[in-house]
Amino acid sequence: MSLWSRIVNVARGDRLSREIDEEAQSHIEEAVAQGRDSAEARRAFGSALRHREESRDVRLIAWLDSLRADAIFGWRQLMKRKATSAAAILSLALAIGACTGAFRLIDALLLRPLPVADAQHLYVLSRKGIDFDGKPATVDGWAYPAFQLMRAAVKNQADLLAVSYAQRMDLTYKSDAEMEKASVQYVSGWMFGTLGLRPTLGRLLTENDDLKPHAHPYAVLSYDYWTRRFDRDPEVVGRTFRMGDDLYQIVGVGPEPFTGTETGIVTDVFAPTMMHPGAVHDDWTWHRTLARLKPSAAVEPTRARLDATSRAFEEERAKGFTGMSKQDIEKFLDQTLVLEPAAAGASDLQSNYRVSLVALGVLVAMVLLIACANVANLMTAQASSRAREMALRVSIGAGRLRLVQLVLVESAIVAFVSGALGGLFAWWSAPFVVGMINPADNPARLFLPADWRVLGFGLALTLGVMLLFGLAPALRASAVKPATALKGGEDPHTRRRMMHALIAAQVAFCFLVLFVAGLFSATFERLSNRPTGFVANRLLILDTTAQRAESPVFWDQVAEHLRGIPGVQSVALAGWPLLGGGGWNGFVSVNGAPPGPVLAYFLAVSPGWVDTMKIPFTFIDGSDFLPSDTFPGAAIINETFAKQFFNGENPIGQTIAKGGAPCKVVGVVRDAPYRSMREPILPSAYVPFHSIDSKGALQPVRDATFMVRTSSVNPMALASILRREVPRARPEFRVSNIRTQAELVRGQTLRERLLAMLGVFFAGVALLLAGIGLYGMLDYSVLQRRREIGIRLAIGAPAGSIARLVTMEVFTMVLVGALAGVALGMASVRYIETLLYQVKAGDPAMLALPSLTILAAALLAALPAVIQAVRIDPVAMLRAD
Amino acid sequence: MPEKKLDLLQGTLDLMVLQTLAAMGSLHGYRIARRIEQASGNAVLLNQGTIYASLVRLQQRGWISAEWGTSDNNRKAKFYSITKRGRKKLAEDAAYWQRLSGVMGRVLAMQGEGGDL
Repeated sequence: MSLWSRIVNVARGDRLSREIDEEAQSHIEEAVAQGRDSAEARRAFGSALRHREESRDVRLIAWLDSLRADAIFGWRQLMKRKATSAAAILSLALAIGACTGAFRLIDALLLRPLPVADAQHLYVLSRKGIDFDGKPATVDGWAYPAFQLMRAAVKNQADLLAVSYAQRMDLTYKSDAEMEKASVQYVSGWMFGTLGLRPTLGRLLTENDDLKPHAHPYAVLSYDYWTRRFDRDPEVVGRTFRMGDDLYQIVGVGPEPFTGTETGIVTDVFAPTMMHPGAVHDDWTWHRTLARLKPSAAVEPTRARLDATSRAFEEERAKGFTGMSKQDIEKFLDQTLVLEPAAAGASDLQSNYRVSLVALGVLVAMVLLIACANVANLMTAQASSRAREMALRVSIGAGRLRLVQLVLVESAIVAFVSGALGGLFAWWSAPFVVGMINPADNPARLFLPADWRVLGFGLALTLGVMLLFGLAPALRASAVKPATALKGGEDPHTRRRMMHALIAAQVAFCFLVLFVAGLFSATFERLSNRPTGFVANRLLILDTTAQRAESPVFWDQVAEHLRGIPGVQSVALAGWPLLGGGGWNGFVSVNGAPPGPVLAYFLAVSPGWVDTMKIPFTFIDGSDFLPSDTFPGAAIINETFAKQFFNGENPIGQTIAKGGAPCKVVGVVRDAPYRSMREPILPSAYVPFHSIDSKGALQPVRDATFMVRTSSVNPMALASILRREVPRARPEFRVSNIRTQAELVRGQTLRERLLAMLGVFFAGVALLLAGIGLYGMLDYSVLQRRREIGIRLAIGAPAGSIARLVTMEVFTMVLVGALAGVALGMASVRYIETLLYQVKAGDPAMLALPSLTILAAALLAALPAVIQAVRIDPVAMLRAD
Repeated sequence: MPEKKLDLLQGTLDLMVLQTLAAMGSLHGYRIARRIEQASGNAVLLNQGTIYASLVRLQQRGWISAEWGTSDNNRKAKFYSITKRGRKKLAEDAAYWQRLSGVMGRVLAMQGEGGDL
């Protein structure tokens, strides 16, 4: 009989017993038929029951059978108290699900190795130093010429790969009318070979595709893009598409699991680095540098060599700097190259969300602990009410292990049902959270496979949870002393001490969750209420591109055409929108003096831009640009610029110069954030969209943005009309992207909104669970002490003293827990400091809010128990015993 | 008073069952028990129930197989028959028993005539 049939027999135990009995029966009958006396035949057969037991134990696995019996018994126990069991299972399921969901996110973004050969030997190069704004900064962007030098310097220790930041770019397979967006990465041709990747179709790029600037218009599609865009058409190899001025040929499709090295973005098209216009510039930092260390190479010597090469390159470059003081140049050169492991890839999403995700993970872990404490208390209370049953079992010979098994099996049912439900929750919640990371036009795409890693985590978590809440009550229940238990109960205080400790722990964890959630919400609230200085509502952003750079006069014509469309209030041109991520900066000299150390930011705008944005002028004699104004020539500055460079003097009419381009200040406008809501306002200057070269000729422009203020509340209603009208004004112009300014402003607080929302949600769950726990605990203690309370009432104790008696201990625990929570919160806050905005952990309001909330919840939870205690009828109570 | 019946040595019942099935083909439990009693000339003390424990054990090891059938008396009964592996096992164990009983016989036949000790 195989092991399998023995396992199967466990499931059909009743039938097995019947079969054995049947066979014994037929044996006796056969004997009688042969003429033997029935009683004698039975005697000769021996004890039928013993034979049955023996045969059964051989035919099935005894321990599995007892487990089955315990499982059925446990299930009946749980079904007996449906409401409590359901509450326990639901709270655990939510907590396990949230933890598994958080793990899925953390794993997918930060832990899971890239599907490439030897991912553990991949490193990303960055430089730590002080940036031009004077703040410590780590930069991972590199100039290609520096990359080439570094690659040559360490060619025996490591393979260096240049991988550009993934960009959403416009490309077309047919006519320009059918422009589409794709996420493009320029990569070193030898990247595929170095990472051990094989093509699905055609060939991948090689070193030979990456030799001369602008000479290799070949592209490899990612498997994902090939599937989405081409439905896995095998004919795709050899097709061409136009991107910018170049016609690229598709040479192959990458391997299925590889989506690029920028985790959180799925690259669609890979092109050689040599096709990037920045490949020949020593001052364009446009790509990351990855290093794959050779097995024989050590990290530190390689780093030192790279550091020396990078420094030499920058020193050489700094010789060409003009207009910068010696100190500033030294400050700029004082950078250290660092090598950080990049087995999981390198992306902005990782650096932006690393701390956030870990913080969320800790929050949900706290919620899980609270839920576990609840269930543990529940199990303990239940076990104590079953003390007599346990004592009976021990009396008739049950071993201690058997009792532990009995109680643990019940916990296991709770844990695994919760685990299964939690799995469903995690399956839904992780993509939901990723879906919320959706900056305008560029939503995060993170692959969240539900494979053995996630499954293993979920299982381990479920098992851990089971032991956490089940083991202590099981051991306690099995340690029952029959004599005491059957006589009428042991010392009730021993049991309560553990429950009290659990309550304190619950309150501490709950406080931490509430505290952190409060910090997140305050951050979000402060950040989203920060004045922008312009009016974002009803403002549409048309990112527009022309086939080749066109004269600004043509751009003006398109703007003029758009102004005539019904529903459009005003139209202006800008190099890029505020808060859109674009930037242009430089050192400024005032009235011919040498440039100062502070960076100013510039933006090219057309006349009417200030008006369209509704940024007010602050000096009465300031004015907007005239249509004839050019850069260099005129500038409008913001208040911070005025304060920074003019010390309160009237700046109107004075001259500022960026590099060799002098501009007369014609107006001062109110502050508006330039690239981020989180940083202080930058000194900004707006210069005319019409830019001229040294000979006075107008400079053509390839890409710019139309800012359109609409009369409709929903500016997107005009989107399709405007998209159509731009090429109608001039056929060589095309809208590549339409966004609203409000979307960009919202995008600034995406992470904060996410953290605040999830934080508040889990704070609610934590509070609810802790409240339920407290209620259950008080209810139980009143139940246990009802005799004592009855006697006290009978001898005249007032209601107040009974209430005190019931709640005193528990409230002490709440207090202890809250204090521990404060300590925990203060200790942990420095890990999340980077996520906060203008919120201090020591802020009394930040500490008072969770304290008061918990206190209120505790009072609410205590109320039913107190009422019940006071209403105990001493006569009925004492007569019952 | 009849002679006292023999108690079975550990493991001998299994061998007897295998031999019975090898010799008689497919049988049900009662018949196996009866055959063993008859073959031994009613000399062994067989608690007939223990035959089932033995049958279960043998079946679990794959030496015999079982299926439900109808007995001569038209009753539902489980019929056991020996398997290929069972025959192999039987041959091994029989040889062992022959050797053991031979050795036992010789040892017990020993007389005092050697006398060197």
